[in-house]
Amino acid sequence: MLLESIRLAFGAIWRNALRSLLTVLGVTIGVAAVITMVTLGQGTTAEVGESVASLGSNLLMVRPGQFSQTPGGGGVGVASLEEADAEAIARQVDSVRIVAPTDSRSLTALAGGVDLFTTVIGTDNRYLDAREWKVAEGRLFEEGEVLAGASVCIVGAGVVDELFGGGSALGESIRLRRLVCQIVGVLERKGGSAFGANEDDVIIVPLRTFQRRISGNTGVTLIYVAAQDEAAITQVKDDVTALMRERRHLATNEENDFMVMDMRQIASMLDTVMGVLTGLLGAVAGISLVVGGIGIMNIMLASVTERTREIGIRLAIGARESQVLLQFLVEATVLSGIGGLIGIVLGLALAALGAAYLGVPFTPDLLVVLLAFGFSCLVGIGFGYFPARRAARLDPIEALRHE
Amino acid sequence: MQAAEAPPLVELRGIEKVYGTGEGQVRALDGLDLAIRRGEFVAVMGPSGSGKSTAMNVIGYLDTPTGGEYLFDGVPVQSVMRQQRTLLRRSFLGFVFQGYNLLSRNTALENVELPLTYRGIGGQRRRELARRALHRVGLAGREEHLPSQLSGGQQQRVAIARAIVSNPALLLADEPTGNLDTTRARDIMNLLVELNRDDGITVVMVTHEADMAAYCQRRIHVVDGRVDTEAGGSGAA
Repeated sequence: MLLESIRLAFGAIWRNALRSLLTVLGVTIGVAAVITMVTLGQGTTAEVGESVASLGSNLLMVRPGQFSQTPGGGGVGVASLEEADAEAIARQVDSVRIVAPTDSRSLTALAGGVDLFTTVIGTDNRYLDAREWKVAEGRLFEEGEVLAGASVCIVGAGVVDELFGGGSALGESIRLRRLVCQIVGVLERKGGSAFGANEDDVIIVPLRTFQRRISGNTGVTLIYVAAQDEAAITQVKDDVTALMRERRHLATNEENDFMVMDMRQIASMLDTVMGVLTGLLGAVAGISLVVGGIGIMNIMLASVTERTREIGIRLAIGARESQVLLQFLVEATVLSGIGGLIGIVLGLALAALGAAYLGVPFTPDLLVVLLAFGFSCLVGIGFGYFPARRAARLDPIEALRHE
Repeated sequence: MQAAEAPPLVELRGIEKVYGTGEGQVRALDGLDLAIRRGEFVAVMGPSGSGKSTAMNVIGYLDTPTGGEYLFDGVPVQSVMRQQRTLLRRSFLGFVFQGYNLLSRNTALENVELPLTYRGIGGQRRRELARRALHRVGLAGREEHLPSQLSGGQQQRVAIARAIVSNPALLLADEPTGNLDTTRARDIMNLLVELNRDDGITVVMVTHEADMAAYCQRRIHVVDGRVDTEAGGSGAA
């Protein structure tokens, strides 16, 4: 009986192919949205996880302000950090392997008539050590260059690709606003990206150079602290926090006006952001599934009216109410199931395109696909029930008289 | 008489069917008394609006009377629930309509199989029974034809095959020849007579044509929702 109903349902849907396709559009869009978003979300999460791993789990970041104070993380109304803070951490906190003060700006770099919007970081060799970045060509900064604030820079492999067409860049000059600096080193190619930023797309200059010629102040926006090992990280974090509170003269009842983040924290922060995005898109998908369900209900009601006579015949020759109910319920479910399948194919295709565009891995999840399909079938059952019941409760005599 | 000892297959006692209320009230049946025995071939006649079709629907459990008593094979059934009426209908009854009422997108064989499908009879056996019924009504070889590829008379034969495939005790035919020319109508009547005589199926037919009613053993005239006169038959009260 069920097989018979499914066969009948396919027949009925096929006869009205165009109408059926339009009907299931809502379900298709809903399912496609869910699949695209979840698949991309998982890809991004995997990517973020990798980035966090690439930064190293024994790394801490100290920055001025709290998220609640300044969303941009800058120093509006909050005292910025100083190079002296970094030196104090290096001297006074135990189990610290390395401390690197940094400041950075996004700006346009010019070389030989080509320009490139990139990230410039002002720091010194300790930053490269903390990030475990190696110089492939040329050399690190010399101590004299760092102290004097010389016009030299170390560039990522991506910058060489963009500005010098992949040729040798050592000894060439790059203009960064008022600063013209000479390339003394090229970093090893890393290939990956952290938080959407290409790690090869970076220019590093000595901190003093950066402060004098680019930022125009003596502030430091981010201090990297590498613990000796992962086990020490909690202790180091507490000590750094205590030291910074003392250095910033915070009373015991005052909140921190700086943040010490470890990579796990950053990862969980990103997770939260992803969660909010997922929730929003999920709500959109949910609404479109409901709209799709109403579409199916509408078309099933039309179908019941159209086929009143057929239903009358079936009832008169011995169909039970439950058999008529099943027939129409199966039809609605097959309809929404087809919509779901189209949505799954569409969603996976969009996710594959999106993943390629965003540079995150394409990770289709069978469970998500099955869930989406199950959900679309449930929509059919839910919204198909009312029309199906209406069909089953038709009065056979009235139905037979229906033209 | 022996037949008098067994209860009638269908017995209607003072059946009333009232539509609407107050001024617009219509009394389609107004105290209809009727008894039909097994093996009879009965014509229910009357002018349009006489209530003969309503009587047929009541006998076929398609309609519930608003008053009176209905006994099927000696068992009162007017009070049973809709679902049980469906069960009774599919266990004991076969219907033939004036307009054939075939499913136009299904072949002759599929149409005849349908009642068996709803009775849970599967595959091979269902097809075999349907094939036999089509053969019985003289349509062997037309199994795969769609209703639109058959003449009116042939379509009505398919409908009759569909009605008898489930082996009903009672065949109800509502103006079965109403849409057919005289020759075809006579063929259908001869088929019904044969089914009644050779297969022992009790047949109740609603008609307003006297020459079709002439095929029946017993003719009941219904006027204004009541039995007016009766002719022929053996067990007439």
